[in-house]
Amino acid sequence: MTIATDLDTRGELTDERKEPSRLSAIGRFARRNPLGAAGGVVIIVMVLVAVFADFIAPYNPVANAFDRMHEPPGLENWLGTDQYGRDVFSRIVYGARTALLVGFASSFVGATFGLVLGVASAYFSGKIDLILQRIIDIFMAFPLIIMALAVIAIFGTGAQNVIIAITIPFIPRCARVVRSSALAIRELPYIDAARANGFSHTRIILRHMVPNVMAPFLIMITAFVGQAILLEASLSYLGLGVQEPTPAWGLMLQGGAEEYAESAPWIAIFPGIAISLAVFGFSLFGDALRDEFDPRLRSL
Amino acid sequence: MYQYILKRLLLMIPTLLGAGLLVFLLLRLVPGDVCILRMTGGAGYVDPKAIDLCRSELGLDRSYAVQFLTFIWDFVRFDFGKSMWTGRPIVEEVGLRFELSLQIAIMATLTAILLAIPLGTISAVKQNTWIDYVVRGFSIAGIAMPSFWLGVLIILGLLITTKSVFGSPWMPPIKYVPIWVDPLYNLSMTIFPALATGYRYSAVATRMTRSALLEVLREDYVRTARAKGLIQKLIIRRHALGNALLPVVTIIGIEFAFLMGGLVVTEQVFNLNGLGKLFVASVTHHDYTMTQVLVMLVATIFVVTNFVVDIIYAWLDPRIRYK
Repeated sequence: MTIATDLDTRGELTDERKEPSRLSAIGRFARRNPLGAAGGVVIIVMVLVAVFADFIAPYNPVANAFDRMHEPPGLENWLGTDQYGRDVFSRIVYGARTALLVGFASSFVGATFGLVLGVASAYFSGKIDLILQRIIDIFMAFPLIIMALAVIAIFGTGAQNVIIAITIPFIPRCARVVRSSALAIRELPYIDAARANGFSHTRIILRHMVPNVMAPFLIMITAFVGQAILLEASLSYLGLGVQEPTPAWGLMLQGGAEEYAESAPWIAIFPGIAISLAVFGFSLFGDALRDEFDPRLRSL
Repeated sequence: MYQYILKRLLLMIPTLLGAGLLVFLLLRLVPGDVCILRMTGGAGYVDPKAIDLCRSELGLDRSYAVQFLTFIWDFVRFDFGKSMWTGRPIVEEVGLRFELSLQIAIMATLTAILLAIPLGTISAVKQNTWIDYVVRGFSIAGIAMPSFWLGVLIILGLLITTKSVFGSPWMPPIKYVPIWVDPLYNLSMTIFPALATGYRYSAVATRMTRSALLEVLREDYVRTARAKGLIQKLIIRRHALGNALLPVVTIIGIEFAFLMGGLVVTEQVFNLNGLGKLFVASVTHHDYTMTQVLVMLVATIFVVTNFVVDIIYAWLDPRIRYK
């Protein structure tokens, strides 16, 4: 709400009170966390590139061109061509789509399930909490990639299964973090008051507890997207993720790695830079978010 | 202290059992029958008798409860059965690769410790100066960079450098020789993956050291020491570092557990015959018995290492024991 008293009779601004706008909040965030702002810029650029890939990429990313294989970076192909003659730059641009799709999908779904599990576990406490905690411990005993590979072993490869494979190990990790925040909230008096008022469990969880764990939740999502992109790249590199000819950064590394390392190093270098930049951006942004929202969480 | 150890030990057992149950269910969750999938590969005709034989070999014709109990019992006796792909006993296959994975894990841990603790300390002491930013950038780069890409870059660098200096490109050898037989050969093979992994590993540890030390440096006893006139170096060495290292030890321990079977991609890049490569191969070849054992192995190492880390933590910080 802007209570701006207009220009008075002499044409000067008087008594102008403005609520700090969203824009200036972003400005303050950027000034206090320059690294985080840089990360945020990287993320925005990446999203834009993915959305407008059709307009940015000069060539068709899956079109083979056997007359132009292994071309070094030049005027025609800005980042060179790969072993099938496909333009590396176009593949990287479209690869952003795959990476973001997999990253956001698995991150959001995994974090949401984790949120529900964590908050429910903290809210109900007692036996339910104990059992859920054991189950989460069991899932956490498997490193991310092992679990993802096991899921791929069952369901097979392909983009959809990759998303499932990445979502599943994320759920317990998110649940654990959310639970520790929720535990603190559970002790607050207004939860008891709500219960005394006769509110149902669902209502209390959704309307009182969840909004208060939003801060660590959002931070986790940003961290997860970065890790998901990395995990997807690893899976594709192993040949167990998205399959050819879908443009995906990890897949490009697989094709370019050993065979053409000497003769055409650009096939391997640029996708790696893309992956690193993306994860870098998300990590920095997530770090800055965490510093802003809750300096106490400043651990890793 | 003993009560704490006992409690932790007892907690380990249901976790392991649960992990075993999960792994067991994974195998049975495969859409379609394992044996049919394995033998026909989705199409083609196989003699039903062959499928029955396969099923009885895998024990799939008995009830689920019996199967699970047999699985646990076999696992405890280290009888893992045969690999579906190579036909050799799984113990043999795993044993071959265990040594190499262990060596790389240890080397990567050493690299991480040697890098992380000094860097983290400097970064914390000189907080918000350019040194701090450089170290933080360095460690975030370590976390962001896919370790397998770093491996690819290292190999690329090696190839290009050796080609220009020696005339012919050189790649690290592939055949494994234990370190006490031929140390130079062994090191030339293991140092690069150890560095690539160690960098990422050290990044996590550096950040942890930095934040832990930052917290400790704000404590009252540090302020007292400074008021007494103790020089900074001694404060850090005698009082701050010891207390700050607690969470770092935890992180290092947890990451070490991950290194044992989790180095899947790095081993692929460097063509090392380790547990990770075995795992990928077993997934690619639908070798369910092997996948099952490997996943279980990794989970067990994880749980046991966490247990050891917990014990060390309790030993170092007596407050934990009495919680």
